[in-house]
Amino acid sequence: MYSLLWLVPALPFTGFLTLALLGRRLPRRATAVVGVGSVALSTIVALLIGGCFLASPPPNHVYVESFWIWIHVGDFTPNVAFHLDALSLVMMLVVTFVGFLIHLYSSEFMIEEAGYARFFAYMNLFVGSMLTLVLADNLLLLYLGWEGVGLCSYLLIGFWYQDPANGRAARKAFIVTRIGDTAMAIAMFLLFDNLGTLQIQELMQRATQQWAVGSGLAVAAAALLLGGAVGKSAQLPLQIWLPDAMAGPTPVSALIHAATMVTAGVYLVARTNALFALAPAVQLAVAVIGALTLLLAGFSALTQRDIKRVLAYSTMSQVGYMFLALGVGAWSAAIFHFMTHAFFKALLFLAAGVVILRLHHEHDMFKMGGLRKELPLVFWAFLIGAFSLAALPLVTAGFYSKDLILWAAWAAPGGNPWLWAAGVLGALLTALYTFRAVFLTFFGQPGNLVRDAAPIPQAGAAMRAPLVILAALSIVGGFLQLPDTLGGLPLFSDFLHTILPPFQVAQGDLNTELALQLAAAAASLGGIYAAYILFLRQRRVTERLVKTPMIRALHRFWFVGWGFDWLDNRFVVRPFMWLAKIDKDDAIDLFYRGLARLAWLLSQLLGLTQVGRVRRYALGIAIGAAIVTGMVVLL
Amino acid sequence: MADVPMAHGLILAGVLFVLGLAGVLARRNIVFMLLSIEVMLNAAGLAFVAAGSRWGQPDGQVMFVFILSMAAAEVAVGLALALRLYHRFKTLDGDAVCEMRG
Repeated sequence: MYSLLWLVPALPFTGFLTLALLGRRLPRRATAVVGVGSVALSTIVALLIGGCFLASPPPNHVYVESFWIWIHVGDFTPNVAFHLDALSLVMMLVVTFVGFLIHLYSSEFMIEEAGYARFFAYMNLFVGSMLTLVLADNLLLLYLGWEGVGLCSYLLIGFWYQDPANGRAARKAFIVTRIGDTAMAIAMFLLFDNLGTLQIQELMQRATQQWAVGSGLAVAAAALLLGGAVGKSAQLPLQIWLPDAMAGPTPVSALIHAATMVTAGVYLVARTNALFALAPAVQLAVAVIGALTLLLAGFSALTQRDIKRVLAYSTMSQVGYMFLALGVGAWSAAIFHFMTHAFFKALLFLAAGVVILRLHHEHDMFKMGGLRKELPLVFWAFLIGAFSLAALPLVTAGFYSKDLILWAAWAAPGGNPWLWAAGVLGALLTALYTFRAVFLTFFGQPGNLVRDAAPIPQAGAAMRAPLVILAALSIVGGFLQLPDTLGGLPLFSDFLHTILPPFQVAQGDLNTELALQLAAAAASLGGIYAAYILFLRQRRVTERLVKTPMIRALHRFWFVGWGFDWLDNRFVVRPFMWLAKIDKDDAIDLFYRGLARLAWLLSQLLGLTQVGRVRRYALGIAIGAAIVTGMVVLL
Repeated sequence: MADVPMAHGLILAGVLFVLGLAGVLARRNIVFMLLSIEVMLNAAGLAFVAAGSRWGQPDGQVMFVFILSMAAAEVAVGLALALRLYHRFKTLDGDAVCEMRG
């Protein structure tokens, strides 16, 4: 069974090739069959392998399959090899399954679009690249997938390329993530130079043996890898590309945010956890970056008008939670939150996509309202996703994963109450902004747009099915991992601990855990209630409140994402452009341009001797002959 | 005849050559320029003949025959060009034909 592993990434790649080569000639139905079918088959294979893995795990819970030597230069012989263990299995299953649901949804969502085949070709390539990334056995193959994901995000964010704004957003995403990628490439050079391999498992082993905890090289390597992760996962300070990435079609946003791309950074840090354990300072930085990002993004999400931007900032914030978990050493908690987040964030995006599509590509929540009765299924799906995102206690998946992270932020060796407090404040914000979106979109008086658009056609089966499945998973996905206070059923983390080190509880006991859980639950419920008061019951009061000068200034500040775009523009983009302008006529160019000018001048000078008179030429010849003869005679 | 020293012959050839060259450089009429070239060619031929007679070799005279036939060919081409020139520019002034300035 395991020998079929290569099919999992190969199938989406085949789909990509088929669509890229024949896409123009295929009818829409065939395009959908190829595009969705390739990922569907890949999902089936992945599920079979997953079942096999659970039923009869391979020795040491690791299965490695090497295909061929990719490059052979001296000691540098990276393989094209896949590495399957609990971590990559979870990632693979989520990527294929959620990816498949998004593809299925897109087959109906994008049906009116001109670039239907192009869209599915890119989507297949995206899934294939992400699978390469998570299955890669060495950092170089991982980097290939990493760059493939970056390329596809560029292609898909700029899918509607006729609008220059979309092209700008695509370029921004590409360039900003490229900064992180460069850091990661340098990390790879550093690791290979010092440890002599790029094979991940061996790398971790050698690093632990050769480097002391806190040694300079370990810190540098971990920090550079973190740079790559921060870029891809849209964390501080490279988070600016994510809100603009909403320029792409909604299924693309779902794919980028839920299953692929932004979680790549989380995976990378979890995969190289041994290295981060050697660099406690960097690990603390991971936690702090996560905590700061989750707060910053939470505040920004609170002020957005565009429903997709709310979700974008919420992704940033939730990935911040994952980084927080990674930073305190709760690796499995981060992966658990990755999984539940994939379910409910895909659900939220897909539900929002139906709303946007039915309102003719309107994104502004303030023009929606009252959609509860018009789109009941979508409303329930979005509500379940929102509950899960807001971590409604006991019944939603988001609660269990977020609770695990908060507990780790307090109790793990790297945790401290400040990180926990940031997490709880973030939970309050999450509930607040999520239900702000719910109340503005689905409750209240129907907006003009909704009244004009009525009757709103319902979504078809291909769009409904993913919503229902994801809604179900957003609830039951959390029961894989129950905290100690609720009986303690750590199925998921036990499974992951075959490969990831578990975290030791350094402080706190069962009573503390219960108290912290109650606080987190109170934050979540309080946030929902506050959203109900502020954005449904007393909307007038809120509107008046927003008009007061101080809050308005704060509102604007948050709305533009804490001014990071402005800062980058001022201190990075403009100096760079200035430098590029200077560089355009640099000293070396000046020399060559001078040479060309000199040659031109000389040619002009020689041109003057060409007077066109035969007698003048004859004189020249005579003088020349006289000189030559004179020289022969005299010398 | 055999008493004429070679130096005399060569001096005469040199004088003839300079006269021809002066004609080429000074005259503007293209026919006269051709004529002057003939004079220069004959000067060269005379130098060959004088040298040949000095060494008692026939090569000088052979060379002169060569120069003679070459001069005939040159005149044929040169006169044809002069004719075309006159047709085109209605003048035989060599300096008037200076369209190919640098």
